[in-house]
Amino acid sequence: MRANTMAAMILAGGRGTRLLDLTKKVAKPAVHFGGKYRIIDFPLSNCANSGISTVGVLTQYESVLLNSYVAKDQFWGLDINDGGVYVLTPRERDQKGFEVYRGTADAITQNIDFLDQVDPEYVLILSGDHIYKMNYDKMLKYHQEKQADATIAVLEVSLKEATRFGIMNCDENDMIYEFEEKPAHPKSTLASMGIYIFTYKTLRKYLLADDKNEKSNHDFGKDIIPAYLNDNRKLAAWRFKGYWKDVGTVDSLWESNMDLLKHDNELNLSDDTWKIYTEDVNALPQYIGEDAKIDNSLITQGSVILGTVKNSVLGTNCLVGKGAVVVDSVINPGAKIGEGAKVTRCIVADDVEIAPGVSVGSADSENIELVAKKFVE
Amino acid sequence: MKAMGIINFEDNVATIDGLGDYRPVPAMAFLGRYRVIDFVLSNMTNSGIDSVEVYCKEKPRNLIEHLGDGTVYNINSKRGKLRILYGEKNFSSPVYNHDIANFMLNMQYIERDHNPYVVVAPSYFIYSIDYSTVLDKHVESGADVTVLYTSTNEAKTSYLGCDALVMDKAKKVTAIDRNRGNKQRNNISLECYVLTKKLFIELVQKAAETSSLYWFKDILRDSVEELDIRGYQVKGYVACINSLKEYFRVSMQLRDRTTAEGLFKPGWPIYTQTNDSSPTKYEAGSKVTGSVVANGSHIEGTVENSIISRNVTIRKGAVVKNCIILPGAYIGEKAKLDHVVVDKYAIIHHVKELKGTDEEPVYVKRKDRI
Repeated sequence: MRANTMAAMILAGGRGTRLLDLTKKVAKPAVHFGGKYRIIDFPLSNCANSGISTVGVLTQYESVLLNSYVAKDQFWGLDINDGGVYVLTPRERDQKGFEVYRGTADAITQNIDFLDQVDPEYVLILSGDHIYKMNYDKMLKYHQEKQADATIAVLEVSLKEATRFGIMNCDENDMIYEFEEKPAHPKSTLASMGIYIFTYKTLRKYLLADDKNEKSNHDFGKDIIPAYLNDNRKLAAWRFKGYWKDVGTVDSLWESNMDLLKHDNELNLSDDTWKIYTEDVNALPQYIGEDAKIDNSLITQGSVILGTVKNSVLGTNCLVGKGAVVVDSVINPGAKIGEGAKVTRCIVADDVEIAPGVSVGSADSENIELVAKKFVE
Repeated sequence: MKAMGIINFEDNVATIDGLGDYRPVPAMAFLGRYRVIDFVLSNMTNSGIDSVEVYCKEKPRNLIEHLGDGTVYNINSKRGKLRILYGEKNFSSPVYNHDIANFMLNMQYIERDHNPYVVVAPSYFIYSIDYSTVLDKHVESGADVTVLYTSTNEAKTSYLGCDALVMDKAKKVTAIDRNRGNKQRNNISLECYVLTKKLFIELVQKAAETSSLYWFKDILRDSVEELDIRGYQVKGYVACINSLKEYFRVSMQLRDRTTAEGLFKPGWPIYTQTNDSSPTKYEAGSKVTGSVVANGSHIEGTVENSIISRNVTIRKGAVVKNCIILPGAYIGEKAKLDHVVVDKYAIIHHVKELKGTDEEPVYVKRKDRI
């Protein structure tokens, strides 16, 4: 497909502090999800499936793994002549020295030269931390129909949840007239998903102005959108229906994994028309032993199951030893659960080895236990 | 490495009933996520061979789709080359469509390659080996041709129709026979030859002049006296997929992890095309034991001692024992299958009972509905 007129920029610089040790050495977008995926596979696959071929990924925190991962644009079929995945990290610049990305908007401002070179008509701003499937091309059509300067994807949430989100107050045509960040008394329940389409020419002006504003946080939600509203720019809300989750905490990451086990899970990873692509790890098929017991679980290639696995999601190349019992847990790639060990309500981080007979987590814990120590004895 | 790779096709002794009607042996699904050709091709690229010609006897679509430009096998798309070649001229004639005819038709590509040596190997023998070690040994020995072989105790039941080597103490080949299954122990040729490109071309031309029915193995058999042909023993796991029974037996054998470790060695990856399938869902109430399972499947029923490929559905109450289920097949509620090979996209609905044996597994056709 010929490159379309929209370039995507994925904000992937955040640490995701509340994911604790899972993000000690990798940025949140590179954290594993659903056994074989990484979180950033979702926006990247959405881009590929929506016909977007130029994708910039803005990284900052612990970016070694993330940079080398997304640079392999062939994973998502984006290694084409007219496009590719471009890793954009903060850099030393003439007159300005070395500055980190000061906010979501500043990350784009610092890469205006990249965007000028791509010369897109529209820019799609995405976050690298969300699990969802979305056709951005449909959103672009909507943006064009509304002749908007910016279009923001919104999700209907409950009134109670609305206090945790940026809320868009809209008129009867779904045009936004007011934006409230985490309102105590929300007037609407349309939450911003942090997904924006901007007409690039206009955005460029606002970004340059924002760059000079010393009081600005250089943030899309806090500064750019309010500036647009202030100037009576046309902002459209695009309603999204479907599965969407910000996996910001150990509990919500676990929950989102557990959602995959539900029969009617909306994410439907086995949908052939909207696949989520990821790295192709060289691994054998799954080996299921003579005494294995597997119940309501997702298991991926390279795993060897000799024990019991129940209500769990297992990553690539995991080992569940003889007599080991894994229940209500997420086991990340390469983790080994020793013979007779017990894992209950846990997320076991990548390559962790749990010694034979050891028990981690508990069935009645309030929170999910994160097991991230390399060797657990 | 100073050699080009030539992946030859198998002769007519290798016929896989059923499965073979739809694709050549190299393109057959194997062990859930692989195709038969993945093993020889990974051996070549892991050995540092980055110029490979794959000769295709028939039905090239499958193979072209699977191999692509070779990047998944780590062939550098600029430095290296993967060519899929076939002799269109002889497609319709099983007698004239042999390797020599195909080599002759594509001689310009063999001549143009700048490597001084060739490694010729078919894909229906499955094993892991570093060809660069074989080449070193070949050069050091001063032999004209080095041929790989396996020493087996199962020559009565397996490797039927394959070439058997008669060697002296220095491993010089004195005769090449056919394994007719009349003795237990035999040295079976893996039909993998290492020689200079120059000699290879000479032998191909000589074969073409000798008889229009000659295969490369025929001219080699004729040349044992003139040429110094040496055996090189492959000591690890070796299997030959030359019948449905053997396809079935070998697949079942590799369900055992310890056996599989003899084939899948650390640091020696076997590459294959990815399908981007989701992980496999084992539903509540499913019972899966002693099996090898690929990604993308959906299992509700019982699976014992079987091989389940990509995107297979096994419904509630279905019992699948000692079976090989190929990609995309659907096993409906309460279906009972024992010793069955179910081809791609076949649909088996409830209450059917199908039962085969180790000797004669039942084969269900591609896209069949039962």
